[in-house]
Amino acid sequence: MTMELRHSLSFVAPEPNARPRASAAAGHLRTEPKPVRVVIIAIAITFLSGFVVLPLVVVFAQAFSKGASAYLAALSDPEALAAIRLTLLVAAISVTLNLVFGLIAAWAIAKFDFAGKTFLITLIDLPFSVSPVISGLVFVLLFGAQGFWGPWLQAHNVHVLFAVPGIALATIFVTFPFVARALIPLMQEQGTQEEEAAISLGASGLQTFFRVTLPNIKWGVLYGVLLCNARAMGEFGAVSVVSGHIRGQTNTMPLLVEIRYDEYQFVSSFAVASLLAMLALITLVAKTILERHLDEEELPREH
Amino acid sequence: MSTSAGRRSTLPGFGLTMGLTLTWLSVIVLIPLAGLFLKTLELSPDQFWNILTSRRTLNALKISFGLALAAALVNLVMGTIIVWALVRYRFPGRRLFDAIVDVPFALPTAVAGIALTSLFAQKGWLGAPLAALGVKVAFTPIGIFVAMIFIGIPFVVRTVQPVLIDLDPEIEEAAASLGARRWQTVFRVILPSLIPALLTGLALAFARAVGEYGSVIFIAGNLPNVSEIAPLLIVIRLSEYRYADATAIAVVMLVASFLIIFVVNRLQRWAQTRIPAH
Repeated sequence: MTMELRHSLSFVAPEPNARPRASAAAGHLRTEPKPVRVVIIAIAITFLSGFVVLPLVVVFAQAFSKGASAYLAALSDPEALAAIRLTLLVAAISVTLNLVFGLIAAWAIAKFDFAGKTFLITLIDLPFSVSPVISGLVFVLLFGAQGFWGPWLQAHNVHVLFAVPGIALATIFVTFPFVARALIPLMQEQGTQEEEAAISLGASGLQTFFRVTLPNIKWGVLYGVLLCNARAMGEFGAVSVVSGHIRGQTNTMPLLVEIRYDEYQFVSSFAVASLLAMLALITLVAKTILERHLDEEELPREH
Repeated sequence: MSTSAGRRSTLPGFGLTMGLTLTWLSVIVLIPLAGLFLKTLELSPDQFWNILTSRRTLNALKISFGLALAAALVNLVMGTIIVWALVRYRFPGRRLFDAIVDVPFALPTAVAGIALTSLFAQKGWLGAPLAALGVKVAFTPIGIFVAMIFIGIPFVVRTVQPVLIDLDPEIEEAAASLGARRWQTVFRVILPSLIPALLTGLALAFARAVGEYGSVIFIAGNLPNVSEIAPLLIVIRLSEYRYADATAIAVVMLVASFLIIFVVNRLQRWAQTRIPAH
């Protein structure tokens, strides 16, 4: 239950300047005395600086506390490279699958009317409300040695848990709603007229989707992929439960952060963490840019 | 849900895409979650009850739910102040601070965990001055509380922000011209109309904090019965191969999150039935 909320709300662009100031003369009736304003702004800035900005600064300060060469060394040893590779692989798998699912689900949900639509959306949203640890646990119960399919898997020498498939499954679970949730409101807003016109002109369903629908929702697709990817690369709890922490094999970057931290290798832990923090910052900047495009995409296009 | 009855359009592919959606949803989400409930059924009611009422489990649940509620209440107050500053006032860096609100969403939880621990450790930038005041944050329940506040910040702000932006200015102008003082207008006119959004934000922040793992475990200290959160106890039970214990705790937490989803849906319906903003 993280970014979906921000997302569904952010279509109503939080841009106060956009609202017409019809009654500028009455403006003084709508604000507080200056001392109150100053105190409220000061509290907001202090709180955000202390609780959000400082933790970010700490990550980079710690990562570089022994200099740039120690930082680079921490990122270039085989263990770190293996973790980076695994993180990229798992993110690629889960983003791809969730992208395909998201497009399919959004088509079914946004372009057609049927009973139980709200309930179906609630089910798609479920992974956002489940504790990350439980998101991992459910796969341990299915695929673990004592799990439902564990004995069969063992007999056939198939490794799901403590291997890449398990990590990918847990990541797909926690990132399940992102793309679908980004696309459903957008596609509902856009309606079906353009697609119907294309079909009546003789286009096939797939042609209609790729030539009419997809160009209309491209920023929404990027938005969903962006958030899905950020969570996939950063997921810790769910992956931690299914990974088994096999060094050099099943450690993703967030898991390596934990292992090095627990071994008191603070510089190298924070070095890996700094990469993830940069990913978060880049994601936020890209998100802000995409939100601007999304506001345009949502507007009815004039022909 | 027949392919022809409910359709409003002549577009193709409903049956196929709906079938694929339901299949993929079942494979990834529904069957694994159902498996958790099925596993619980293997326990006798007595076993289930004994696990949940054991001292360590009860304390872990109390710590997770209690501190999550406390943190969500802090987020409610601070979130209201932050959203008020961001929406109603102009100050240098306003847009930057608006973007910063999302950092707890975007920052991987393990990174947040070690950063907060380092910040609030006894020699940390904030931990040292606090230690001088006699407050120990890291490796105590206060640390859990701090981490839960951190991850909950965006929820109240992002839920209330659009509602406050859309609030009809004429309502408060009317209140003012009828002689209400500014604080009366704020507390009797504006805040009441924000209540559904505020409660939704509170519920979402609470839900997130209850299940939170990564950003909490580094700073918590993880002392059983004192600073051990329920998700960590699940992980510990799993590592001890006590699957039944892990499952029972997980089911309780899952049911709690379903209840919260239900409450949030209700709150949103309530918000929609209230007088529209414009």
